[in-house]
Amino acid sequence: MSLLEVKDLQVRVEDREILHGLSLTVNKGEVHAIMGPNGSGKSTLSHVIAGKPGYEVTGGEILFNGEDLLDMAPDERAAKGVFLAFQYPVEIPGVVTMNFLRTAYNAQRKARGESELMAPEFLKKVREVAKRLSIPQDMLKRGVNVGFSGGEKKRNEILQMALFEPSLCILDEMDSGLDIDALRIAADGVNALRSPGRAMVVITHYQRLLNYIVPDFVHVMSRGKVVKSGGKELALELEASGYAQFDDAA
Amino acid sequence: MNVVLAKSETRRVVSDIFTSVRDRLPGAGKVLDARLQAFEAYERAGLPHRRLEDWKYTDLRALMREVLPLAAAPDASALKRSEAALKAVSAVDAYRLVLVDGVFAPSLSSLKKLEAGVRVQTLRDVLEDSSNAARADLLENGVASGAMIALNAAMATDGVLITVGDGSVLAKPLHIVHVATRSAAASYTRSFLKLGKAAQVTLLESFVVAEGAKSHQVNDAVTISLGDNAHLQHVRLMADSADATNITTAIFTIGANARLATFNMTSGGGLSRYQGYLTFAGEGAEVNANGVNLLNGRQHADTTLFLDHAVPHCSSREVFRSVVDDRAHSVFQGRIIVQPDAQKTDAKMMTRALLLSDEAEADNKPELEIFADDVTCGHGATTGALDESLLFYLRARGLSEKEAQSLLIQAFVGEAIESIASDDLRELAVSTAERWLAARG
Repeated sequence: MSLLEVKDLQVRVEDREILHGLSLTVNKGEVHAIMGPNGSGKSTLSHVIAGKPGYEVTGGEILFNGEDLLDMAPDERAAKGVFLAFQYPVEIPGVVTMNFLRTAYNAQRKARGESELMAPEFLKKVREVAKRLSIPQDMLKRGVNVGFSGGEKKRNEILQMALFEPSLCILDEMDSGLDIDALRIAADGVNALRSPGRAMVVITHYQRLLNYIVPDFVHVMSRGKVVKSGGKELALELEASGYAQFDDAA
Repeated sequence: MNVVLAKSETRRVVSDIFTSVRDRLPGAGKVLDARLQAFEAYERAGLPHRRLEDWKYTDLRALMREVLPLAAAPDASALKRSEAALKAVSAVDAYRLVLVDGVFAPSLSSLKKLEAGVRVQTLRDVLEDSSNAARADLLENGVASGAMIALNAAMATDGVLITVGDGSVLAKPLHIVHVATRSAAASYTRSFLKLGKAAQVTLLESFVVAEGAKSHQVNDAVTISLGDNAHLQHVRLMADSADATNITTAIFTIGANARLATFNMTSGGGLSRYQGYLTFAGEGAEVNANGVNLLNGRQHADTTLFLDHAVPHCSSREVFRSVVDDRAHSVFQGRIIVQPDAQKTDAKMMTRALLLSDEAEADNKPELEIFADDVTCGHGATTGALDESLLFYLRARGLSEKEAQSLLIQAFVGEAIESIASDDLRELAVSTAERWLAARG
């Protein structure tokens, strides 16, 4: 059974159809890159998989480990192992990062029927991961993402990914707003999480990110569909020729 | 009985509500005369209504309708029931001063263990002492006005008079607890706290109900003065039963270079009004006046603050947050007056309301009256729902809808609670908010 199966997905936002029959199969251990021009529907796909309100699925289905994902609330999806690293992580003033991490971590464990982790044990775990990602300890005491730089926000997403140990990670435009050093740190963090039991879907506009997170498969999206799939060499091809050819084909 | 009183009695038609209980109200002579005058003022005005600007959102004629009979003085059974009710507010180690149905209860209070530098008397003792005939001043209302404070002056059965000497720093908070044990009855209390120069005090006020008591009315007044350089941390938690009515007037006078941090949280009471009058009396003083309303069902809670910058070089910060669910109604009115002489005043007021249902209502009325030209004053007000993008972020991380809402609501009120310097009291306010959130189900 595939980890994620998106079959002929059609999605509307208000009166506009954004995805027109998109299909994608992702197996455990694989890293898929989804590339495409702005407005091709890449972020919509990531939002629909994570369960963001405001999208109407008018056709098709999404199966996660064979279960109907569209039937689940966003928090159920998270507990089952779906993780979306946001393109623009929100700032939540007044909610201390460490408190948020523990609440989320234990909510997921509780939903899976596992015992909650006590504070000291959890603290230790967070500190270890934070250190690996060069996240300063004082960031954990601040409001979630409040006053964080672009790079720090993305690292905070990866910190959560490392803590929650999801089986499917969707990285939505992880490279946006990052300079080359910040990108390298973030990519190293992601690469450390690659494992045979986990799949990743890396959504990006630019090929640059894929120099750091090397994918097994590359899909090109245009106008709400996957128009071409291939190996990692497809990304380089795109870098040379651009997206225009696919716009014409679509 | 003096001549003035005799004369006035013939002139007035005094309502039954006052005559029937007059013998239960401490004080004679000038004190009784002051009560009669106050009652007359109340009778003339009647319950405040929406045509009075200060009461436009809280029409007591429609919401309260009537003043209930005076609660019977507590008996042994009332004291016993109070003891059980006190457990809910006993987490903080404090000097407890307990008023049961408007009467001081020494057996439930920790009067004997008070530390040096602090003196506590009861209003009843002071007013009944014939050598204190001049103490009719205790029934004067100072800058406060209106029918409800007048009614309080007329009917006050008891209260505590606390005096903290110059330079005294109290190790433990003072804790005034109001307990209601009688149903469909009203209680009237009037308390005083006087801080000497450079005294440092923490005052906690709680309102609780004994099991089985229903639909009681509380009319409380507290007059607080801070001497020069004094520090007061004041925390008031109103978690009375959902069918209770609570009308409280708080009058603060702040001396030179004094620091006042006052915080009020209303999570209980079906109908409540907390009206604070704060006056700067000396230069260089600072006030933080924060508040939180946590309301659901059909609760109506009104916080109205009048802040008078009467002297130069003082600063004030007001942070008010209301969280309104179901069909509840939250009111915040904040008036800041900067008098002509009060140059270099620095005053800021920020009020935010969070509406959790379509039928919830929040009214914010900030008013700035500035008569000096070299000042920094500002206010802001917002009303809105929980941010959907924040809710989705939290849910995508595994929090249920309720958990996500609770976390955001805690953060929202946290901005007002943060100002409480005492760890114990801040924790108490936080846990009160958490209980309210948990009860949302």
